Amino acid sequence: MSGTFLGIPKFPAAAKKALSDSQLRRNLAHATGTIRAKRAAVVGEVADWEQLRLAGEAIKNRVLRHLPHYLEQLEKSLTAAGATVHWAVDAAEANRIVVDIAQRHGTDEVVKVKSMATQEVELNTALEAAGIRAWETDLAELIVQLGDDLPSHILVPAIHRNRAEVREIFLGKMGRVGKAAPDDLTDEPKRLAEAARTHLREKFLRAKVAVSGANFAVAETGTLTVVESEGNGRMCLTLPEVLVSVVGIEKVLPTFQDLDVMLQLLPRSSTGERMNPYTSMWTGVTPGDGPQEVHVILLDNGRTNVLADPTGRQALRCIRCSACLNVCPVYERTGGHAYGSVYPGPIGAILTPMLRGSDPQSDSLPYASSLCGACFEVCPVRIDIPAVLVHLRSRVVDEHKEASALPSVQDMAFKAASWTLASSRRTAAAEKAAGLGGRILGKRARTAPGGRAVLGPLPGPAAGWSQSRDIPVPAAESFRDWWKRTEGGTRDTGSAPTARRKGGRS
Amino acid sequence: MSSVGLMVTCMNDALFPDTGRAVVTLLRRLGVEVGFPAKQTCCGQPMVNTGYLDEAVPLLRNHLDAFVGCEAVVVPSGSCAGSVRHQHRILAERSGDPGLVRAVEQAPPVYELTEYLVDVLGVVDVGAYFPHRVTYHPTCHSLRMLGVGDRPTRLLRGVRGLTLLELPAADECCGFGGTFAVKNADTSVAMGSDKARHVRESGAEVLVAGDNSCLMHIGGLLSRERSGIRVMHLAEILAATETTRTRTTEPEAVTAR
Ligand code: SF4
Repeated sequence: MSGTFLGIPKFPAAAKKALSDSQLRRNLAHATGTIRAKRAAVVGEVADWEQLRLAGEAIKNRVLRHLPHYLEQLEKSLTAAGATVHWAVDAAEANRIVVDIAQRHGTDEVVKVKSMATQEVELNTALEAAGIRAWETDLAELIVQLGDDLPSHILVPAIHRNRAEVREIFLGKMGRVGKAAPDDLTDEPKRLAEAARTHLREKFLRAKVAVSGANFAVAETGTLTVVESEGNGRMCLTLPEVLVSVVGIEKVLPTFQDLDVMLQLLPRSSTGERMNPYTSMWTGVTPGDGPQEVHVILLDNGRTNVLADPTGRQALRCIRCSACLNVCPVYERTGGHAYGSVYPGPIGAILTPMLRGSDPQSDSLPYASSLCGACFEVCPVRIDIPAVLVHLRSRVVDEHKEASALPSVQDMAFKAASWTLASSRRTAAAEKAAGLGGRILGKRARTAPGGRAVLGPLPGPAAGWSQSRDIPVPAAESFRDWWKRTEGGTRDTGSAPTARRKGGRS
Repeated sequence: MSSVGLMVTCMNDALFPDTGRAVVTLLRRLGVEVGFPAKQTCCGQPMVNTGYLDEAVPLLRNHLDAFVGCEAVVVPSGSCAGSVRHQHRILAERSGDPGLVRAVEQAPPVYELTEYLVDVLGVVDVGAYFPHRVTYHPTCHSLRMLGVGDRPTRLLRGVRGLTLLELPAADECCGFGGTFAVKNADTSVAMGSDKARHVRESGAEVLVAGDNSCLMHIGGLLSRERSGIRVMHLAEILAATETTRTRTTEPEAVTAR
């Protein structure tokens, strides 16, 4: 079930496809616009929001500075509380551990709380290969799973779907894997939620093994936390006999008190709520209450590589609130699938290439941004995503230079530009040539409002720009030439050579 | 009398020289002595933002050389001011040359035009006259990287005859983004088209901003769709007076191909 991101094309190509899907663009603009407004309203209520952000940043930085220490402390606390701790260096190891546990309990199905970590390692696929079915219990995740689809948002994996589409999926697919949706199902949210609840109840009550992630793991006490809005997570965490949690190593927090800051930052940033509806915490095993066998898998899967990058490591501060996705103008238009990873949007554009390493798709991600900075502005833990994007672009350029004997067209263009622009004499000469070219091109130009000569669609390297945008004809006289000719306007301020202008530009 | 070195930016120099000329007119009218260090070329931002950091270092050296000795540097671009303020240090540190780091530290302060007018000169009424309906687009780098805040709109409110109209979703990116506009042209155009629609909805005759790069992108779309709306750099409006000839729309016959 559910697809895989393998083989997704480079960002520009994937984005092009999404951009032509007008239904998708409407769904996304509506959904992100709504969450964005909610977030802005509840964040606006908090007078010391900036202080909270700084506190969140500081806590996470402390964790990253002393990660081995806090992880060892967490392991100790968890073990003392009766949990079993496993370490997984990569996806394969994490999946093997989960499969082993399920098989040891002789079950062929598990229920799941929505978890980014298990999506990242593609646990469902691994379980399926071992003949174990994994049932997603988060509503949006269920929609994605039943629709053989891929998640496109961290928090709202089915954000790209509208109600009518959800109804179709439920009617068509629920019956094949469990309790069917009622024939008279409408697309009212209430009816859809009811159908999902009835479908899932059967699975909750039957399953022996549950799989979760964790939003935070407190080193001091060994307490894991899941925050959610539907209560399905709580059912997973309490009903089955065995609970397995897959937790990224960056999720650790030093003390219980640090949760104070995080639980204020997270709900306001993510769902635009003052407090999230369900906060579940569990500390190992409590005899006679809840799961009697608790496993925690601490997952690396590339995280120590991220940690080794002084500029990039701040990405590990991420608390997966998704605020950066909801404000990102690129995400809003392309949707999440274009990013080719379970981590889409601005955070995905920096995290995915660092976790996964270089490949053509990864290398296209740092360029999937206009560097507008909206993501940094909303990030509750102040990750400077634009700075990391620029840093990763330089990594792409440098690695490419090292790897290939021949410089690319782009390499040569920037080398040439660097040579030209490092000297004002060479720059002036280049501008003269462009001005001359402008005068020739000026014959093909038309006049834009204000009197500026512009060119329509052009062939060759300018096609990318000029397919939809007019381009101004280079000025016949550069500023530096004007300054030289008039000594900065103090002598003969008469108009410049006029080939490009039909009326003065003011 | 204060004196400043004008950083005109590579794009303004070659494509939009009128903006630099407007800054000269404006600052002189306010009693500022303006110099143009002729050695200047480009601050290196296009290279840095595309990932060509090594290639940007010679440009950084040239830039520092060009402006050495200036009391202050004024630049009519939020984006380039942001690049000088935030990227030059990173670039110098990466080069591993302590002399370059020192030179960056000792470089004269750089002001985006509206920062200089409001913070240094302390003026919001620059004596301009521009009798047109105008809407203002706060470009991302002036809005977020520099935080120029309401300085531009305060200056625009001080212009006689000007009607300032609200731009819907003003603080959303127009989709220019330098290399982004070419590497991800489809997404860039999708963002720009929404911006252009908002500009049309504002009812303005003129779209104004503090960065010609964004204006080139939005203006390129407005012009392709024959909207009749003109784009202008803020400096050109602030430089305009009763005696300046301004044209906001072209007669149909000229606009048609
Ligand atoms: S990067 Fe920041 S804004 Fe984006 S999901 Fe992570 S914490 Fe939230």
